Amino acid sequence: MTSAKRRLPGLERQHRSLQKCGDASVTSVKQRFSIFSLLRNALGYRAGWQRMWRSPEPKRRYDVVIIGGGGHGLGAGYYLARDHGIRNVAVIEKGWLGGGNTARNTMTIRSNYVRPPSVPFHEGSMALYRELSRELGYNLMVSRRGMISFLQSSQAARTAARMANTMHVYGAKYEFIGVEEIKRRLPIFRPPPRPRLELLDGVYQPEAMMARHDAVAWGFARMADAHGVDVIQNCEVIGIRRDGGRVTGVETTRGVIEAEKVGMAVAGHGSVVAAMAGLRLPIEVQPLQAWVSEPVKPVFDEILVFSGYGCYMMQSDKGELVIGGPTDPYPSYAQRGSFRTIEQVTAAVLEMFPIFSRMKLLRHWAGMLDIVYDGSPIISKTPLRGFYVDVAGAGGFKTTPMAARMHAWLIAKDEPHELIGDFGLDRFARGRLVPEGGVSFNR
Amino acid sequence: MLVIPCPHCGPRNEDEFVCWSEVVPRPADPAALSDLEWTDYVYNHANPRGWVREQWWHEHGCRRWIIVERNTLTHEVARTEPAPR
Amino acid sequence: MTRLQPSRLAAGGTLIDRSRPLRFRFNGTEYEGHPGDTLASALIANGVRLVGRSFKYHRPRGIVSAGAEEPNAVVQLDGEDDEPNVRATTLPLREGLSARSVNCWPNVDFDLAAIIDRLSPLLPAGFYYKTFMGWPGGWSFYGPLVRRMAGLGIAPRRPDPRACEKRFHHCDVLVAGAGPAGLQAALATARGGARVMIADDGPAPGGMLLDGAAEIGGRPGAEWAAGVAAELDSLPNVVRLDRATVAGYYDHNLLTVVESAPRQPWIDERLWKVRARRVVLATGAAERPLVFADNDRPGVMLASAALACVCRYAVRPGARAVAVTNNNSTYRTVLELVEAGIEVPMLADVRARPPETLVAELAARGVELLRGHAVTGVAGVRAVKAARVAPPDRPAGGRRVACDLVLCSGGWSPRIHLHSQSGARPAYDSDHACFVPGDSVQAECSAGACNGAFGLRAALEQGWRAGTEACAALGFVPPAASVPSCADDLPLDVEPCWEIPSPRPRAKAFVDLANDVTAEDIRIAEQEGFRSVEHVKRYTTAGMGTDQGKLGNVNAIGILSEALSQAPGAVGTTSYRPPYTPVSFGVIAGKERGELVLPARRTALTGRIEEAGAVMFEAGAGYRRPSCFPRDGESEAEAIAREALACRTAAGMYDGSPLGKFELHGPDVAAFLNRVYANRWDDLAVGRGRFGWMLREDGRLLDDGITFRLGEDHWWTFAGTGAAGHVHRHLERLLQLVWPELKVYLTAVTSQWTNVCVCGPKARVVLEGAGAGASLAPDAFPFMAMREMTVAGIPARVARAGYTGELSFEVNVPARHGVRLWEALTEAGEPFGLTPVGSEASMVMRCEKGFVSAGFEGDGIVNPFDAGCGWAVDMDKGDFIGRRSLVRDRNVGGVRPNVVGLLPEDPSFVPPDGTPLVEAGAPADAPPVIGYVSQGCHSPNVGRAIALAVLDDGRRRIDGRIEIAGIGRRAPALVTRPCFVDPGGSRMRG
Repeated sequence: MTSAKRRLPGLERQHRSLQKCGDASVTSVKQRFSIFSLLRNALGYRAGWQRMWRSPEPKRRYDVVIIGGGGHGLGAGYYLARDHGIRNVAVIEKGWLGGGNTARNTMTIRSNYVRPPSVPFHEGSMALYRELSRELGYNLMVSRRGMISFLQSSQAARTAARMANTMHVYGAKYEFIGVEEIKRRLPIFRPPPRPRLELLDGVYQPEAMMARHDAVAWGFARMADAHGVDVIQNCEVIGIRRDGGRVTGVETTRGVIEAEKVGMAVAGHGSVVAAMAGLRLPIEVQPLQAWVSEPVKPVFDEILVFSGYGCYMMQSDKGELVIGGPTDPYPSYAQRGSFRTIEQVTAAVLEMFPIFSRMKLLRHWAGMLDIVYDGSPIISKTPLRGFYVDVAGAGGFKTTPMAARMHAWLIAKDEPHELIGDFGLDRFARGRLVPEGGVSFNR
Repeated sequence: MLVIPCPHCGPRNEDEFVCWSEVVPRPADPAALSDLEWTDYVYNHANPRGWVREQWWHEHGCRRWIIVERNTLTHEVARTEPAPR
Repeated sequence: MTRLQPSRLAAGGTLIDRSRPLRFRFNGTEYEGHPGDTLASALIANGVRLVGRSFKYHRPRGIVSAGAEEPNAVVQLDGEDDEPNVRATTLPLREGLSARSVNCWPNVDFDLAAIIDRLSPLLPAGFYYKTFMGWPGGWSFYGPLVRRMAGLGIAPRRPDPRACEKRFHHCDVLVAGAGPAGLQAALATARGGARVMIADDGPAPGGMLLDGAAEIGGRPGAEWAAGVAAELDSLPNVVRLDRATVAGYYDHNLLTVVESAPRQPWIDERLWKVRARRVVLATGAAERPLVFADNDRPGVMLASAALACVCRYAVRPGARAVAVTNNNSTYRTVLELVEAGIEVPMLADVRARPPETLVAELAARGVELLRGHAVTGVAGVRAVKAARVAPPDRPAGGRRVACDLVLCSGGWSPRIHLHSQSGARPAYDSDHACFVPGDSVQAECSAGACNGAFGLRAALEQGWRAGTEACAALGFVPPAASVPSCADDLPLDVEPCWEIPSPRPRAKAFVDLANDVTAEDIRIAEQEGFRSVEHVKRYTTAGMGTDQGKLGNVNAIGILSEALSQAPGAVGTTSYRPPYTPVSFGVIAGKERGELVLPARRTALTGRIEEAGAVMFEAGAGYRRPSCFPRDGESEAEAIAREALACRTAAGMYDGSPLGKFELHGPDVAAFLNRVYANRWDDLAVGRGRFGWMLREDGRLLDDGITFRLGEDHWWTFAGTGAAGHVHRHLERLLQLVWPELKVYLTAVTSQWTNVCVCGPKARVVLEGAGAGASLAPDAFPFMAMREMTVAGIPARVARAGYTGELSFEVNVPARHGVRLWEALTEAGEPFGLTPVGSEASMVMRCEKGFVSAGFEGDGIVNPFDAGCGWAVDMDKGDFIGRRSLVRDRNVGGVRPNVVGLLPEDPSFVPPDGTPLVEAGAPADAPPVIGYVSQGCHSPNVGRAIALAVLDDGRRRIDGRIEIAGIGRRAPALVTRPCFVDPGGSRMRG
């Protein structure tokens, strides 16, 4: 029995159905990475290192084409082959793989959710992440850091209480730790005597993790490739071929590729690709900025979330303080944000941690979030038969392995796994939303 | 930080405004729509990559709603108009 | 004891003031420098070569550059300054400065971690992706060990005493850089009458003119620059900033400028947010290092940096230098260094045929030139001892030349950072082997070296042209041409040389000094399939260090392009991300500290309430409100119970001023309200009010509130505190964009009015005692009515409504009379036990009454029918916002959540807000969750714990049992109707 299952009794049944999936053997054996491979290659110099993936020309036809070579798309390709034995698969990417939000997120893997359907999904994703490095034979640098949420209003405290209690039902840990405990864990936490927002309480998620974001895409790409999946870069989709309500393939900058089924995992471009399939989705794309300081020696381990200001901070393995805030308040595909957001969030961080006033902003950037109306994922069939979508909801790095696995299941079986039964597009027509994260459009 | 040329107040920084998504006329008779058509109106967006006509509210200015033609890829603002009368 | 400055030249140094010594410490040793020195130049003056240890391999490192590009000399400031990762090359020296090397232990001379350098074959690019996965705990075990090795300086441990501020600035033209091109551009635009800002990160204007003998108009270049600066300073339309870095280029020509030494002595650092109509980028070019074996040893330096040391600071970075180059710029540099007294026995030029004129000049000064040769390696670990000079195709051959300084130049890289940040794509210039600005996407242009125009004359001309073009574009009359005379430009003649082969296969040739990335690392990445330049950057971390790749990026691209057999232009650059140089968090926050982080809102009564000893809390929309008013020795829970009891037995009073308030005028208000509320309004009589649910278009609760009809066409609407902003936006949007034909005029009057609610059985007598100017009798002033009258002599709008289920009067007076009203009511209420009441008690009372709150029960799923408020929905009155979604909910059917009451079996168990509900008797680990507690409290009026909950199919479960599944406690509870006190409502109506 794995530790994940012990912690998550409520998940056991749902995960059991996944375990029945076959562990298909690889078609091409990848170099095994370990300290020994490093030793061997240290002697042989670099001659021994192999390509992590092929760069195949697209074939004329595949069983499945996955649009989007980020973590979600590459993961879907990998799980299609591994769980379902479907290997005639192409994952096509318009630029370089892992170049979208996989390259631009803030590396946090957490699961603090309030709705019953959300908890097992996100907890399951954390469980997959814990084993993923070993499974892929590639170090994604997944480390347990823990997350402390600073509760700065009674509203935030109430939401946190609901999360903590709901998650507890599913066996997930989300504990109230109190202000004194926060101070004990974070000796650098010395807010001014009269902070603008008083710290009322703290909640702690011991299982929250960080991972090297790029490595998630590379690790999946490498093993998808090992299972025979074609990972094709610099291949932009410019059209979706349809025939009588059914998808028949994709038009790309490298020619037409026919496919029985097409999955979409294009964080930040969901509406654009869906429009090629004649679909409209309940999403708006918004820039999410993040920035790092210059690297310093470790000062704290945990991921810190400041509820009152809607921002967060952690320290990367490299020593940089990583800071991010809320999305910028208008739709944008520009991958750039407003400096105002950086000013506001930096001010908020300094209000809590004035000691960082002389740390320096090294670089900042923006990703694009497909914000779903209710803030929850969409992993769903669509009105176009054979066309499936995986939209993260409000940032999807933390759900990468689970969303990808569920997407693969959906494509393989044409039916959602019960873990994502509530995450279909049909929830909007039925008015059965899964509101999370305070996301609402108030139309 | 964008500059939004308010048709009433002149060019102002974006943080005086609230952006309220693309212009979609409210159906004249919602009761006549099917559940699916209504769903499309309430939840779905074109969310285009490129030019879009949006509703912005000059909250910290004249408090008037205006229409902004903006490019979501380049952040150019081509023109703004007062709310239709 | 202070040491002498052995490497200070006897004369020269345009920036230093020799008359005054400054004492400073580095790694515990005291040294002396002069005002005008940087820490780096002062260290060089004192012969300090070894300044730090490298990021990954802990190799000894020295000073490489003379400016913001510096990857090695990154130091920790001690004492009061307490700041990590400061570039010694840009840090002005000051008295008492104390700095030390980072990333080394026990000290920079003897660093234990230097063993890593020996293990480096084990640690190629990306080694950490290939190991640390297994025993004993994967990365959670190894990560913290690696983390401790990573990082550079130590995070500050002292508060930041600096005063930082921010300033907006609007100008016609912003010129970034005050070298020859920038000064010319500023001069042209300023003379044309435009409002100009020119900012340069250096301590004085001039840029490259500070570092050489170039003459302009027959004068030394630095003199010319000072003259232009003086003219600019004399013009009222010019703002000129020294030590000010243009750091970021954002949308719509917003640029940030960080001024590190403002003229006002009380400001330490200032961030300018500049909105410029046009931008001229004149940021110059940075010399590139050459990549060869052990090119990171202390003493290997950019040729231009050595020149800057000599010219600006009169310090000698070495006594005997070997130079190596692939372009013409180094010849003049070498000659000037020789002039300054540095022995340069040899210049190796990788090119076979350098220009003969230069060769002759060199020969005249006795410098040996080796054509087709390069430095292929250096000897020495903590300092360069010798250089091997050999032809690149026979790197182990050639000669060993003793020296303590290796000057290198691998060509020049235009500083295209700001251009790239503006959203433009740089282009590759194969003539000059560098990236240059591409097509502009914002109103900007580049001039001079940053535009690939390497040469003084070209810079002066391009700068002037950029200025006059900016004038013309903005409608100013361009001034008459004024380009001063200077010597002809020498072409650069760069021969691309991305890497010089090494004589030893294991030797490290560094591409990125800040992150210890070698040329071999780039090739490993390519070999493993990382072929995109972004992949290579991420896999090797080249360009991600403290210098953000300023020195190394182009060489990395060159080496990758050779590995891929592509042109560097086809490989392209990674995106340049702001800021250009690191910017302190303190200056980004500026004065937005404390109360200014988030605007705090106060009502007219907040002061009184604080004086009364209330416990305050953050109540939403920026308001701090009282949660309760504990008396001496009373706990908060006791205070809340006392206040809630007082309201039901005597009278309570609370400040309801944060409630959103809107006045609506016009003949169509009733029609408008019919469309925005779920219930009907056109039949409401004047003087009366009604409760309404405002829905979102998706049929979910947006806000609830009471609206009164003050006159035929005059209405007054209340909204929840937290939702008031949303409601305002919502209503204005509907009025202005959706139904502009409706004649309704809406005014937000939230802060104009003080609202005090007096509630409880004694409310009427209290108000009468305070001098109500009209009858409060039930028949004259019924429930849900509003009357204009005076209270305590103050004109007031009094409403019979409240949130407690008791007889309540909400007294609204103009905010300027708020305190008077509060005092009058306090005095009048004293004999009747009137008690100030906080939000907690009023929430207890709403829980007792089961009044649904959008903030508690309306969580994005519940519709008004679910909430038991079907009586407030009129589906037959015509369309309203949200109606169609309610029809949809009905069409879909299925189990709906309902608002219900809960009585825990244990009357003392107060279920915390948010606790989930499960079926009674469900096994411990068995969801599903069927609902949650929206609010639980101890009710002093019922005498037990009660709760409101949102429960699936809740109405049908009334009188049944469920379980409250809290952490550590499962408690059975009875499901009830959501009302525990006065179900008939006779108290509030009475």
